[in-house]
Amino acid sequence: MSTGQPPPDSPEIRRLTPVLGPGYTYGSVTDKISAIVLTRPTSFGWFVGFAISFSLLALMTVAIGWLIIKGTGIWGINIPIGWGFAIVNFVWWIGIGHAGTLISAILFLLNQKWRTSINRFAEAMTLFAVACAGIFPLIHTGRPWMAFYMFPYPSTMGIWPQFRSPLIWDVFAVSTYGTVSLLFWFVGLIPDLATLRDRAIQKPARIIYGMLSMGWRGSARHWHRYQSAYLLLAGLATPLVLSVHTVVSFDFATSIVPGWHTTIFPPYFVAGAIYSGFAMVLTIAIPLRKAYALEDFITMRHLDNMAKVMLATGLIVAYGYFFEFFFSLYSGNKFDVFLVQQRLHGPYAPFYFALILCNILTPQLLWFYKMRHNVVVLFIMSIVVNIGMWLERFVIVVISLTRDFVPSAWGRYSPTFWDWATFIGTIGMFVTLIFLFVRVLPAISIAEMRELVAETSEEER
Amino acid sequence: MERRSHIYGVMGEFATPEQLTHAVEKVREAGYRRLDAYAPFPVEGLSQALGLKRNLVPLITLFGGLAGGVGGFGFQYWVAAITYPMNVGGRPLNSWPAFIPVTFELTILGASLAAVFGMLALNKLPQPHHPVFNVHRFSHASADRFFLCIEARDPKFHLADTARLLQSLHAHHVSEVSDD
Repeated sequence: MSTGQPPPDSPEIRRLTPVLGPGYTYGSVTDKISAIVLTRPTSFGWFVGFAISFSLLALMTVAIGWLIIKGTGIWGINIPIGWGFAIVNFVWWIGIGHAGTLISAILFLLNQKWRTSINRFAEAMTLFAVACAGIFPLIHTGRPWMAFYMFPYPSTMGIWPQFRSPLIWDVFAVSTYGTVSLLFWFVGLIPDLATLRDRAIQKPARIIYGMLSMGWRGSARHWHRYQSAYLLLAGLATPLVLSVHTVVSFDFATSIVPGWHTTIFPPYFVAGAIYSGFAMVLTIAIPLRKAYALEDFITMRHLDNMAKVMLATGLIVAYGYFFEFFFSLYSGNKFDVFLVQQRLHGPYAPFYFALILCNILTPQLLWFYKMRHNVVVLFIMSIVVNIGMWLERFVIVVISLTRDFVPSAWGRYSPTFWDWATFIGTIGMFVTLIFLFVRVLPAISIAEMRELVAETSEEER
Repeated sequence: MERRSHIYGVMGEFATPEQLTHAVEKVREAGYRRLDAYAPFPVEGLSQALGLKRNLVPLITLFGGLAGGVGGFGFQYWVAAITYPMNVGGRPLNSWPAFIPVTFELTILGASLAAVFGMLALNKLPQPHHPVFNVHRFSHASADRFFLCIEARDPKFHLADTARLLQSLHAHHVSEVSDD
């Protein structure tokens, strides 16, 4: 590197940018984080942001309401492009969730201390992203009130789901993922809910936090079992998170459609999921630390590490793109070769080149120390990667479906107003939930920050 | 000691996790066994100081995972091969490789539910009230203070002596914990 800086992992840098600002005690981290929820007045900016995101959420409910009245004909989907926006957005959202689990589970198992101050809101992001993702397959059925048909239940018709179908695997993968993410998040929250219960001034807050904390009293015997359970959950969530996007990729890879039928899909989907997820964590973390003055907790070291994870997973994704091409060309299969031509020269070629620009070229800036330490650049980059990953799913879904085996079955796809309204509406729902979350629950794990204070003070001694 | 039935124990407050761990060791050396420590985060070495052995959470998790996995596969087999057989191009009804993803997901689901609810059940949570909450300063146990409570049901318990022992270990605010 020619930036004249010492390499970011050298001891000097670690001392310059620790994972926790200096001078914090058990009391002061508790005060600072719980104050955001309990005593700080809700800022004007919060209301403005909430109003905007809530309007978008309202747009989503209108779009879904209209969909239920009129049916999926209000969307741009047709035959042969039956999947359209609903599946593009589903895959995009579920991928975003993956970074939360990666941070909370895999980095926990790897004993990465820098995960401590970002895991709570990253897990919340996972939950909200899974909630947004879950909407799409549900409404894409066209009859969402019949969605329970996908679950195995003893019906009077005597029929059961087809367990050989990847779409049923998806139902199990996504619902397990949602459930386990919720459990993991809630277990992590229990000690913090007890803290809020003990510090809340108003009685209703005390009662609500008291009920949610279930009478947690910090007993050493409880902590003993709690730590076992938390470690086990981390160990269980790790293979789970890798399986979820694998199963999502099976929806594509087990079909015979050109461009979908490749063995590289599972690892490449998982890498893409983590890539887009870390981009979203940065998109949330950068305004959050600014708005609540949390620069001492979410330090430049955190942003730097997240940028590095983005760079690494981005390179895996680039490798995936390359081998997708290579497989198609090397196979000699004329449909696969034709699909490559369609990506480069077909009607959706601008999307493909935009995707390469967003996902492969732009993130190369992250090789540079100065770029990783420029908050504005990181924020813009995170948005660019989010757009790029959305384009990737669009390219995968739409180009393959518009150009399959027989020219008479070719088609065109363009989203309608209602497609966009639903998509933007889920972004509104996601942001609304994030706004509510930072207002009522501690966005950073207080108990784990105290542990970090204890560890840091030991290191200093 | 007539009042003993109304007393849950004696509680001492400490400022640092090291003081707490040290106090727990000393109290156990003095022969007390019915005691519990309270901390705002898991303190390293405290479980060993209290003489806590391995807990049951991993075993419960294992059984939860086995139940999820075996039950999940068995259920799919039952559906696909017995109760609702569907002949797809003459392929085997027990197409087990196709059942692996759902089996895997249900293993994880069973194990995770068992880990969380097993942990809560062993900890006897939810338990909205506990005598230690009667101590006014105990609200700091979820923030920045560390507490050690020697319970009255310990055979060695003697209100004055036990309180003196805690004081000798540099506990601040040694207080009685009432039982109601």
